[in-house]
Amino acid sequence: MNPEVYKESQIDVDEGLSTIEKTVLTDYKYGFVSKFDADEAPKGLSEDIVRFISARKNEPEWMLEWRLKAYKQWCRMADDEPTWANLKYPPINYQNIIYYSAPKQKMNPKSLDEIDPELRRTFEKLGISMNEQKRLTGVAVDAVIDSISIGTSFKEQLGELGIIFCSMSEAIQEHPELIKKYLSSVVPTTDNYFAALNAAVFSDGSFCYIPKGVRCPMELSTYFRINAENTGQFERTLIVADEGSYVSYLEGCTAPMRDENQLHAAVVELIAMDNAEIKYSTVQNWYPGDKNGVGGIYNFVTKRGICQGVNSKISWTQVETGSAITWKYPSVILKGDNSTGEFYSVAVTNNHQQADTGTKMHHLGKNTKSRIVSKGISAGFSNNSYRGLVHVGKKASNARNFSQCDSLLLGDKCGAHTFPYIEVRNKTALVEHEATTSKIGEDQIFYCNQRGIDTETAVALIVNGFAKEVMNQLPMEFAVEAQKLLAISLEGSVG
Amino acid sequence: MNSVEHYKEHFDQLQSTDKNGLTAIRKNAFDAFNKFGIPTSRHEEWKYTRIGGLFNKQYQFPVSTGSLSANDINDLRLPGHEQANELVFINGIFSFPLSKIISPELIVQSLEEAASNEFKEIVAANLGHSSDYLKDGINALNTAFVNGAVFVHVSKGKVTEHPIYIYNITDARTENIFSQPRSLVHVGQNAQVQLIETYVTIGASESFTNAVMEIVVEENALLEYYKIQNDASHTNQVSTTHIRQVGKSYVHAVTISLNGGIVRNNLNIVLDAERCEAHLYGLYFQKGKSHIDNHTVVDNVKPNCFSNELYKGVMNDEASGVFNGKIFVRQLAQKTNAYQSNKNVLLSDNATVNAKPQLEIFADDVKCSHGCTVGQLDEEALFYLQSRGIAGKVAHSLLVRAFATDILEHVKPAPIRAYIETLIAERLEY
Repeated sequence: MNPEVYKESQIDVDEGLSTIEKTVLTDYKYGFVSKFDADEAPKGLSEDIVRFISARKNEPEWMLEWRLKAYKQWCRMADDEPTWANLKYPPINYQNIIYYSAPKQKMNPKSLDEIDPELRRTFEKLGISMNEQKRLTGVAVDAVIDSISIGTSFKEQLGELGIIFCSMSEAIQEHPELIKKYLSSVVPTTDNYFAALNAAVFSDGSFCYIPKGVRCPMELSTYFRINAENTGQFERTLIVADEGSYVSYLEGCTAPMRDENQLHAAVVELIAMDNAEIKYSTVQNWYPGDKNGVGGIYNFVTKRGICQGVNSKISWTQVETGSAITWKYPSVILKGDNSTGEFYSVAVTNNHQQADTGTKMHHLGKNTKSRIVSKGISAGFSNNSYRGLVHVGKKASNARNFSQCDSLLLGDKCGAHTFPYIEVRNKTALVEHEATTSKIGEDQIFYCNQRGIDTETAVALIVNGFAKEVMNQLPMEFAVEAQKLLAISLEGSVG
Repeated sequence: MNSVEHYKEHFDQLQSTDKNGLTAIRKNAFDAFNKFGIPTSRHEEWKYTRIGGLFNKQYQFPVSTGSLSANDINDLRLPGHEQANELVFINGIFSFPLSKIISPELIVQSLEEAASNEFKEIVAANLGHSSDYLKDGINALNTAFVNGAVFVHVSKGKVTEHPIYIYNITDARTENIFSQPRSLVHVGQNAQVQLIETYVTIGASESFTNAVMEIVVEENALLEYYKIQNDASHTNQVSTTHIRQVGKSYVHAVTISLNGGIVRNNLNIVLDAERCEAHLYGLYFQKGKSHIDNHTVVDNVKPNCFSNELYKGVMNDEASGVFNGKIFVRQLAQKTNAYQSNKNVLLSDNATVNAKPQLEIFADDVKCSHGCTVGQLDEEALFYLQSRGIAGKVAHSLLVRAFATDILEHVKPAPIRAYIETLIAERLEY
């Protein structure tokens, strides 16, 4: 709906009404009931769309206000769409995007035979079980029900410990005090263009709260969350670890995700109180576009954690193999004394993919430590950039950082780039950064060939060795699949 | 001085008085300046160095070399000058009477002259090449006002025994001066030369020097280039050295920055031929409130080149230091070996270091690496020295000196090295 048209009709109505009537009308505006089709908003973004999304999700007044504020900020930021990244893509038309569509009834294939054989081949290579394959492709059989029941039983177990783990919409309804307190406390709505956009239109996401002294007994994952499917393109995740707690969170999935939405702008916020630890692992494998670089997801993600309390720790691990464009800098604000931030990343780009990814470590508290290990692998015509900031504030005495970013080039048409920023304002800081770029040695390939390992397998082997330091950080469930994923992503890049 | 109109008048005047071959290049540069404006911190390459404030002041645009005599500059000469060729810029204008050429293989003439005689092809091909790399208003500003510039030619096959000392002198005794020295140096095939450049301001008014030197190095030539900056704290400069190796050649460049207000050094090395070799060294040892920004670019255009870079910084008091090192490896430049290292020591809680070592690589068969550290003096080493009866302060000085020696040993002309060592010793007060 065009906002101007809407305004005009308002003016018409305004004529010849008493003040009281006008007030009633104005109030009505806030309780806006959509004239839109219930399941899908029309293309484009306007204040009405934001109201529509909020209304569809039955959100309380304060949430709507929050979204509208973010929307207004986003409008003001029109000139601030980031262009500094080492990425090339045509300008995005933000009015040509559907910002909300209710979880659709998927096409339910009756059996796996109806699934794209290419997709099945990939599943098999990843070693995903039959039931799992069915769940992922939406085959409507008992397996799905199984997974829901698994989810429910996990939920009960978590509930006993006082852990809250639910969707963001649910949390807004049931834990408004926590949401009010923590939402956008780490990534303000004005943080950047995409964060503002996300705040205005985010459709859902996960919320997780670990109470004091609780060690979460299992890896939390969107995977177990009921209602996890189709969380939409604008996800918002908030994880709060209260004093002395621990949680490990898994995001994404190794299975290839096909999605029609081209633009993704997610926001993830982590908050670690005194002595708390959060481990956040991501495997991102969105559709990267075809071999000629047509299609593919644009992934603009803002991820930030704050080590609020003393001795707290936040660790990011990511394996990025998908998306046509990746723009993502998971960062840590080391505010509490003795806090630790870690970033482990493997980013693989092939064909025409582009990735500009890295981290930011803000050392603010005393005796803070951070470690960055980034491995970039480029093949085909792709470009892979590491962009990272290590900032040591004036009061951050005895801060310690070690960064290592290595790039591996497979082929002479691709690029590997490193853009580290190091800012030190305290003389007791110790910051080290090193980066290397190289290719796979022919002697290494020869050694493998000689022992009967074909070149493609040899490359996979060497790449996995190259990325091992990061892979080791992944939870068991992911590690095995992620290794295979690396090999698949690089298929066809050799020889 | 921060409005573009301010320059328009000077520019029109310059263009009308001088009708020779440089008007077109000046015109293009002036258009570029109008387009880019004065760089702000929003410009990625100027993120940590703010020079906007310098343009808020009034400066005199000098058009002549002024009234300095040979005696006036006697005290400013670098050690070893007796055995050196001396090129003198006063307020950005090259002064023939004050310069001294003792090597017969050197040809020194005004750039305007060179642009129209037998060197015109060299000038046409190389003047303004730095603008392809420095896309900002400050480089364009220098090119827009090319005036009183110099062309130096080192003849083919000659080894220049006597080094060339280049003095950039600003006479700020009466008013603030904005000077823009410009030079083009051509090192012919099989030639060898040493260039030593320094900056001096006379007087207590502020000076702002925006220098651009472009050097072309031909096949089998050898260039040693030294830049020494130890000017007063009311002097500011943006100093660009753009070296292009157009034949298989060897370049050795050392930048020593010891003092100044805001100092920005751009050092670009373009490896535009196969099998070139370049070594870049830098030492920045700052005190007070001085700000030093070392921007280096090594652009590997052709295959089989080698480059090695080491920059070390010591920051004391409220000084701030920036290191921005970029290595480009173009798609053609296979078998490139490029190394870069940047090490910083902070001696004071109010000092700052910002480092941005960058690699941009488009070829696969390469070996490239960079390293960067920020830290402080080793406690254990200090303790070791103190336990042997060396006073804490002296031990401290010794360690800083040792840190600096890594760079100083690459300063090959002995009188210059001794001179820098003295300056550092004075700084360390031992």
